[in-house]
Amino acid sequence: MTVLQRLFSFNGGVKPAYNKEASTGLPIAMAPMPAQLVIPLHQSIGGTPRPLVAAGEYVLKGQRIGGADGDVSSAVHASTSGTVVAVEMRLMPHTSGLSARCVVIQPDGREEWIPRQPFDYRGATPEQTRDYLRDAGVVGLGGAVFPSYLKINPGKSGKLDTLVLNGAECEPFITCDDVLMRERAASILKGALIMREMLGAARVLIGIEDNKPQAIAAMEAAARAANEEAGHPAMQVVAVPTRYPAGGAKQLIRVLTGIEVPHGKRSTDYGVQCFNVATAYAIYEAIALGQPLISRIVTVAGNVARARNYEVLFGTPMRDLVDLCDPRPDSDRVIMGGPMMGLLMPADSVPVVKAANCVLVGSPKLFPAPPPEMPCIRCGECAKACPADLQPFELYWFSRARIFGKAQEYHLFDCIECGCCAYVCPSHIPLVDYYRFAKSEIWARETQKEAADVARERYEFRLLREERDKQEKAAKLAARTVAARATAAAALAAAEKPVITAADVAKKALITAALERARAQKAGVRQENTGNLTPGQQAEIAAIEARRAEIREMAKPHLRQDD
Amino acid sequence: MLAAILVMALGAVLLGAALGYAAVRFRVEGDPLVEKIDAILPQTQCGQCGFAGCKPYARAIAKGEAEINQCPPGGDEGIHKLADLLGRDFKSLSAEHGIEKPKSVAIIDEQACIGCTLCIQACPVDAIVGAAKQMHTVIARQCTGCELCLPPCPVNCISMQPIAESAETWKWKYPAYRINPAPREAA
Repeated sequence: MTVLQRLFSFNGGVKPAYNKEASTGLPIAMAPMPAQLVIPLHQSIGGTPRPLVAAGEYVLKGQRIGGADGDVSSAVHASTSGTVVAVEMRLMPHTSGLSARCVVIQPDGREEWIPRQPFDYRGATPEQTRDYLRDAGVVGLGGAVFPSYLKINPGKSGKLDTLVLNGAECEPFITCDDVLMRERAASILKGALIMREMLGAARVLIGIEDNKPQAIAAMEAAARAANEEAGHPAMQVVAVPTRYPAGGAKQLIRVLTGIEVPHGKRSTDYGVQCFNVATAYAIYEAIALGQPLISRIVTVAGNVARARNYEVLFGTPMRDLVDLCDPRPDSDRVIMGGPMMGLLMPADSVPVVKAANCVLVGSPKLFPAPPPEMPCIRCGECAKACPADLQPFELYWFSRARIFGKAQEYHLFDCIECGCCAYVCPSHIPLVDYYRFAKSEIWARETQKEAADVARERYEFRLLREERDKQEKAAKLAARTVAARATAAAALAAAEKPVITAADVAKKALITAALERARAQKAGVRQENTGNLTPGQQAEIAAIEARRAEIREMAKPHLRQDD
Repeated sequence: MLAAILVMALGAVLLGAALGYAAVRFRVEGDPLVEKIDAILPQTQCGQCGFAGCKPYARAIAKGEAEINQCPPGGDEGIHKLADLLGRDFKSLSAEHGIEKPKSVAIIDEQACIGCTLCIQACPVDAIVGAAKQMHTVIARQCTGCELCLPPCPVNCISMQPIAESAETWKWKYPAYRINPAPREAA
């Protein structure tokens, strides 16, 4: 189905020695089950999945062991059935040599699957399908491991023009996509059809570098069959010129469609979305077979006697893979990825993860240490080689001098770290190392700035709260004083003018009546003894009284003597 | 002569009115310089500069009452940024205000905490949770490492822990060419 298609070209690029033949001689083999699987929870861009299992639990093959956490995250699954030995920090496959949370599984050898059912994506809403793919752990397998469910989104327009399948595989030594296309072309295209339907894309362009004739032939045959079945020629296999980095998403889109995605825009803004062929295969497995992503094809190459591609369960130690291929005795390092963009591993015990397209064994002879870094001579070779149309020398100067603002102005973050500039640099400057340094410093500052903004907000809120508390306290105090004064005044008033209750009235009446009675009694008595006296009687009383007084006077000295 | 004076006077009145209107209409709320300085300061709110927080220090710098080298958490980089902003010369960090330390968080020894709430009251960013006679704990994400909670603690159960490098905070190092010693020749 090769239609003569007008091809475009991207600027720059290099042509390193490809070294791909060694690993394409044999078909894909299943890597043997390791003694223990160490599955890192964080295997994709975005949030670290929450662990869903604990030590001692029995898990089935394909069971979810890490649930997607946050808007950008992807689930992780048990690669085989067995017992969870531990959920703990283990060395992660990253240059830093740091540890990350991993689920360690002791395989039971039964390979017992979870119940697998095809997912009816035609009957489900696009959101449901995307959630399903997130929970199936499908991420971009070209190496960037961006969660695929976020990319299977046609955007506002609801329709895309072109779906690009990336089978370019431009980096030296790596052949995993090549053999996958040779052996599983039909399944890849089934996955592509699912994606095409979801994206509403009019056509599917499959870009493959022309140094993979067998993969091109296999994909063309499969595309022809798929087009006949579908009734219209939507699938097109396009052989693209072999030049590193033709497999970069932006570069491949440029070559196939002529669209140059500018700074700050996405390819979907121009109606194009790009997926790796292995991602298409993973989507086919997830939707048509109901199998989550638990393994991938990994190229084992470099300083080994028998380079080959293996289908590897995630969590398999890289050492096990290397041992399958007879590493030469002078091997001294393991690189995840290729020689241009790969990451040096801290040890060969680290596990294979979703990002591991290649396990490259190195030796001082195969990858000799670079000659000492010399001063930049401003030759401009790096700018000629840059496929992102940047000015690497400017980025280098600013990164080296730690003038990060300027580096950003020169679009440091459009750098894809392909390594072309460092490859051509006559002064052997490790340019990409400088860019990586500058990028991580800028990210760190960005995080610091965000933290500072949060701290400022919290501090200002605290001041506000303290001020408010103070005012509230003062208001409360004032209110209380007013209330207290009011009560005091009321009490005073009550003391002055006592309130007379019915009981009081009754009591008072009783008291008055008693007093009245007593007075009447007294008055009555006086009336009986002394009332109505004749003057003679009165004179007699007075005489008696006088005599009593006289006697009292006479008795006084005697009384005193008696005392 | 009179006409010329009148024209000039009229011009002065008109322009004065226009300026007066503009001053009212386009009035700038707050001091933009203070905001700019505050944006550079690390918002630790530690008070090591001698002011009660980053904003007061920013105000003091803007008024010319404080030097730009009094912020230990901001470090030399912060001083450089302030120097660039204000057009002043770079000065190294003033020793009397402290030294630049690695970024840390406060950790409360929860066994020893007696629940006195003194640290909660001291924390400028409300990063400690707890209640009277209840155990307190630091929300590490919100902690600025200002160390203001250390002195009030009656049982010395708070310690500062430098933030360990994790997968999220790991940075690519400055490229340095490793010089390997030449193999010794057999004598």
